[in-house]
Amino acid sequence: MHELAVAQALVEQVDAVIDQHGARHSNDASPSDAWRASLIRVRIGPLAGVVPELLASAFPLAAAGSRMEHARLDFAHAPILVHCQTCGADTEATMNRLVCGACGDWHTQVVSGDELLLESVELETAPALTPYRSPLTTDPNV
Amino acid sequence: MCDTCGCNLTPGNKHLAFKPVAQGATAVSVLKGLLAKNDDQATHNREHFDRRGILAINLMSSPGSGKTALLEATLTALKDEFTCAVIEGDLETENDAERIRAKGVQAHQIVTGTACHLDAHLVHDALHQMSLDGVDLLFIENVGNLVCPASFDLGQHLNVTLLSVTEGDDKPAKYPVMFRAADAMLLTKTDLLAVLDDFDPAKAEAHLRHLANPAPVMQLSARKNLGMEAWLGWLRAELAAQRARVAQGQSRRPAIQSDGMQYHQATV
Repeated sequence: MHELAVAQALVEQVDAVIDQHGARHSNDASPSDAWRASLIRVRIGPLAGVVPELLASAFPLAAAGSRMEHARLDFAHAPILVHCQTCGADTEATMNRLVCGACGDWHTQVVSGDELLLESVELETAPALTPYRSPLTTDPNV
Repeated sequence: MCDTCGCNLTPGNKHLAFKPVAQGATAVSVLKGLLAKNDDQATHNREHFDRRGILAINLMSSPGSGKTALLEATLTALKDEFTCAVIEGDLETENDAERIRAKGVQAHQIVTGTACHLDAHLVHDALHQMSLDGVDLLFIENVGNLVCPASFDLGQHLNVTLLSVTEGDDKPAKYPVMFRAADAMLLTKTDLLAVLDDFDPAKAEAHLRHLANPAPVMQLSARKNLGMEAWLGWLRAELAAQRARVAQGQSRRPAIQSDGMQYHQATV
C-alpha cells in the first residue's frame, strides 16, 4: 500500500538525477532539457518492506507525464545475508529466520537484504518510443 | 553519503555500480536510499529533538493492541516527573488526541486520510503546530499497521513495537520487517493471559530473537497496571541516555534501517 509513496519518492530522485546530468553534460546536440531516463535500476531487499511487484505497478502512476514515463524499471536481486558475531560466518538467511546458517546463533548482523536503493539510471536524449509496460500486465494487446 | 566521491560504494555493492550500457545512452550510478527525501526530513526532525534534549519514541503495532491505553497509563504515571507531548496518527477522527488531552497532556492529531503510515514530513508539519518548550518525552503513536510504518523514519530515536496477547505469539515471524525495527517489544494486555491458552510469551520472544533482534521484551497490562514499572524504568533510562548523548553532541537512529548502506559501511 505504501509502495505508491515509494514510487513517488523514486520519481523525485530520478528527476533530480536527470537535472544534475543534464546540467553537466548538455551541448548543442543534446540540450539540457532533452535528457530522458530509459532504464531505472533499483535494489530492494526482502527486508526493506517494499514489494517489487507493487512498486512496479505503482511506478507508471507516479511517473505519468514525467521524463521517465517510458523508462523500464529493473529490480536487482538482493539476497538476505547475515554475518555471525559469534562464529564469524557469512550465510544466507530467510526473512523471519535471520540466525547464523553455520552455528545457529541469533547474534547476527544483516549484511544485505534490507536495501532500498536507487542503484543507477540510464539516460538518453532521444525520447523512447515504446511505452512502459508493467510486468504485471498479462494481456498481450495492452 | 554523497553522489560525488564514491563513498556510497561498499565491497557489497560496487560490482553493481558500473555497467556497460548501449551506445547513445549514459548510465548514472546513484546508489542512494530510495526514501532519501524522507530520510533527510527525518534527520532534520531529529535535530529539532536533540537541540531541545527531547527523547522521541515511535509507537507501532496493529490497530487495537493498546497503544493509546498504554500512553494514558504512562502519562498518568509520569505526570509529576516529566513533561510529555504526543503526536497521534490515524486515518480518521480526533478521538485519540482527545483521550490524551483529557490527561492534561499536549496532543496533536495527524489525520492521514487514506495513508497507511506516518512519514517525516507529516511529523514535521505537526511539530510546527506544537509547543516543544520544556518537553522531555515525545511519543508518536503511528497508524495501527504492522507493515508500512516500519519503512519510514520519522526522526524518532527509538521504536517501540506493541504485541497484544490476543494477536498470537507468532506475529514477529509473520511481520519480520516491523519487529526487526523494534528497540523494545511490549507484550500488552497480559492480564488476559490467564484466559488465553494459545499465547506463549517465551515463544513470542524466541520469534523476535530469530530476527537477530536483541531488544528487551516487557510484559504489561496498562488497564490493570501490571508490569508498568519495568516500562517506566526503561523510559527513564532511555531519557537519561538521550540527555547524555545530547551533552556530547551525539544522536541516535532507531533500529529501523531505512538507510541500510550507512549501517553496512560501518560493519563491512
